[in-house]
Amino acid sequence: MTDTTQMAGETIHDVTVRVNGIRRSAHVPARRLLSDFLRHDLELTGTHVGCEHGVCGACTVLVDGAPMRSCLMFAVTAQDHAITTVEGLCSAPDARVAPTGESMNPVQQAFAECHGLQCGFCTPGFLTTVTAYLDENPSPTSEQAREAISGNLCRCTGYQNIVKSVLRAAEIKAERADERADEQAGEESS
Amino acid sequence: MKPAPFEHHAPLSVEEAVAVLNEVGHDGKVLAGGQSLIPILNMRLASPAHLVDINRVAGLDAVEVTPGAVRVGALVRHAGLERSEEAYAALPLLRQALVNVAHPAIRNRGTTVGSIAHADAAGEMPAILALTEGVVEAAGPSGPREIPWRDFFLGALETSLEAEELAVAVRFRRFATGTGTAFVEAARRHGDYAMAGVGVAVTVTDGVVSGARASFVSVTDVPSVLDLGPALVGVEPGGDAWAAAVDAAAEAVHEHVDPEGDIHATAEYRRMLVTELTRRVLPRAVHESEHSTGESPTPSSSAQFPTHESEHSTDSGVQS
Repeated sequence: MTDTTQMAGETIHDVTVRVNGIRRSAHVPARRLLSDFLRHDLELTGTHVGCEHGVCGACTVLVDGAPMRSCLMFAVTAQDHAITTVEGLCSAPDARVAPTGESMNPVQQAFAECHGLQCGFCTPGFLTTVTAYLDENPSPTSEQAREAISGNLCRCTGYQNIVKSVLRAAEIKAERADERADEQAGEESS
Repeated sequence: MKPAPFEHHAPLSVEEAVAVLNEVGHDGKVLAGGQSLIPILNMRLASPAHLVDINRVAGLDAVEVTPGAVRVGALVRHAGLERSEEAYAALPLLRQALVNVAHPAIRNRGTTVGSIAHADAAGEMPAILALTEGVVEAAGPSGPREIPWRDFFLGALETSLEAEELAVAVRFRRFATGTGTAFVEAARRHGDYAMAGVGVAVTVTDGVVSGARASFVSVTDVPSVLDLGPALVGVEPGGDAWAAAVDAAAEAVHEHVDPEGDIHATAEYRRMLVTELTRRVLPRAVHESEHSTGESPTPSSSAQFPTHESEHSTDSGVQS
């Protein structure tokens, strides 16, 4: 249960979630959507809000690892759950600065390499969706990649480069895993 | 695009949830996955004063396979049921239909019981509850009750669930051995509401069809089941009379459905679509029947659906 107080006739809940590994709290009314909670209350503006009725996919975040629409969840329901936003995908120390090079996760790197975005509005939703998808399906076909992104709308790219990005992300992920394996083998033999 | 204020209740048990629902009456609405409800709230098509958020209620998140049925708790997400190998082995129709429910991210959050309680005629799972002769288990202030699907769906977005009742689970009944199922729908874009959809169950005994039924998405105002027996029973799939029998079944569907036209498709187009989809889906169901294991153990080879007793068997182990 969340702790509550009253404000202007509306009950205010003390909501705590774990966002990108960090415990974050804010006082919000029950009607605060998770998307607005992340953006307005926690100032994590990487999550974008498009249609606000679950169609466009721009606001997709990972809830306990699974992609979900943050505009179709209330912050009070997310209490005590683990949320990953686009800011949490990279390994850069400061998530507010755009990641570069190796600090980008494979999906971010692939989108940069393959021109998987133009205006970038839809991109946070694609990145979170594809990151979770590749964890379960490490080597999708082009067809499967298309299906994986079917719930996300992009008005710029025509999707061709996004599909390429998904396939390239799978390659980068595999390459990085191989490199890590080689490094480990090297350490063990030395 | 923001919901109106509401009082949030987060009960931890079914009893507590029912008590709150009883207290708030028609001012209350149950929130499970929220993938249909929250868009409605965001667009302020509805503004209930109380939301009873059941996401923390214990004991509602199980998929149980019994010899006669697949029982799905009110907090089982579509994706959880879709991925359940036990449920798939027992009733392949569930996964066949679930992959058509919106997009993966919606299925990760939305619940199967919630979509049935929402009772949208464009929803896949109400049609599947009907096709499986399913039952809704409700809890209310005066105790639990079971509502057969025919008594559950009253109209578009309207069910016989009382304001103070909570749907705690649904049971999809398993089909008789030798039954194959298939589900197809046509939408403008994958994951959109279907313009038309049809699910069928065809039982083949000793090489000929012994039973066949269909239910529909987006072409009837409440879920409805059509017995395709008159067209198909006694016919050998793939035999000389098969093509004519499939045409007769499709014609029966054409007569049965009563679609409404809208911006996405005219009524006549939907009717044409569902007729053609019936032609396409029947051979798939027959193909599936060839390696169907059906319910287990078989209560009676002639029964199309398992008996009441077998459904309530305490054996919840996975049957194959």
